[in-house]
Amino acid sequence: MSLAETATLLQGAALTILLSLAGILLGLPLGLAMALIRWTHIPVLSPVLSAYVSIVRATPLVMFVLLIFFSMSTFGIEIGPIPAAVLALMLNTAAFNCEIWRGGLIDFSRGQLDAALAFGMRPSIAFLRIVLPQVWRACLPGLVNEMSLLIKASPAVAVIGLVDLTRAAARVGAATYEPLPPFLAALFFYVVILLPLIVLQRIIERYSFKHQWFA
Amino acid sequence: MIRDFTIVAQNVDMLLLGLANTAVLSVLTTVLSLALGALYSVILMAEGKCIRAFAQIMLDTVRCIPVLLLIYVFYYQLPAFGIVLNNWAAGLCALVICHTAYMAEIIRGSWVVLPKEYTETAISFGFRGLALYRRIVFPPIILAAAPMIGNQVIIIVKDTAFLMIVAVSELTHAATSIQSRYYVPFAAYVSAIALYWVLCRFVGMGVSLVERVAEARRG
Repeated sequence: MSLAETATLLQGAALTILLSLAGILLGLPLGLAMALIRWTHIPVLSPVLSAYVSIVRATPLVMFVLLIFFSMSTFGIEIGPIPAAVLALMLNTAAFNCEIWRGGLIDFSRGQLDAALAFGMRPSIAFLRIVLPQVWRACLPGLVNEMSLLIKASPAVAVIGLVDLTRAAARVGAATYEPLPPFLAALFFYVVILLPLIVLQRIIERYSFKHQWFA
Repeated sequence: MIRDFTIVAQNVDMLLLGLANTAVLSVLTTVLSLALGALYSVILMAEGKCIRAFAQIMLDTVRCIPVLLLIYVFYYQLPAFGIVLNNWAAGLCALVICHTAYMAEIIRGSWVVLPKEYTETAISFGFRGLALYRRIVFPPIILAAAPMIGNQVIIIVKDTAFLMIVAVSELTHAATSIQSRYYVPFAAYVSAIALYWVLCRFVGMGVSLVERVAEARRG
């Protein structure tokens, strides 16, 4: 591979990282907010979110990206491919994160929250000081797993013309008629991107076994 | 909006054909990757430490590859090595290879917690080779792993959508052709999403059926 081709791949890798990071960073709190709405059984919103999660979990990311990119204009909103991709990744991962957060919240012993409220803590403080520190630890393995799934599903943005790492590798392969080098290079980049997450997950697993972290 | 959905309803045969293709691809991928994954898990559980480590590294590597990257390689780039597959076969191969890795990991996960005495008793009763795995080892593993396998099947159903990029006429592709012919993106995609949802519901029902069988076996 020449320098220009390596640059193409690097640009693709940068886009993959950028889009995934944006999706993850926006999707995490959104998922938590959705989980809280479902946990507290807010009327109307809670069943709507339940339906939303059920539908999104059955929708391929490719389809989701297409839906957001093309239907926005039907409703008179012009949206570029990059915002559309971020929006799709965010809304998609938020649905999965919602289920993970909700699982953690359901396992949380509610007595602790009641006790905190009985001591006169405001609900927001009680949530930040009592609930969240315990719940995020219980949810971390699931959340990290979802992050790596999102990164691996992110090539779906190619359908709206974005050149991410996968698309870049395909382009270089098509231009040089040498499929293997760009493929291996892309694989290397994906491993580099995913490795921190995999290592993090192994560390969490080991740590939680040793210290009964989630108890 | 109602007019848009009427247009989609007029072309429902295209969507249903796409749905059939998606279903066939999903079933084939599931069956093949489950069988290959079971075979691979035998290597993952082998006695030799070196073999096991090597198999684990291979598995982790494959788990780092996005499905679409593998689809590109199989469809556009294998011809350079003289292997020409049509888009359907190339896509199926890519899906099977990716999901074999996940299935192997799932099967290994519930194999590890299977009590050792279980297989040792079977061996002492004279079970060997294929019969040992087919009758003793895999049935409880598959039944115990049914929910995880069901989850993976839903991921498989969704991954078949990537094949629209290499023009396999599955559900996403069908919705996109209706969308581009009549410019009814919202109606076309929402209808397709509804069909995906129904398909995933069927998978979920299948899983609960298997779980009921497992419950009955445990007695």
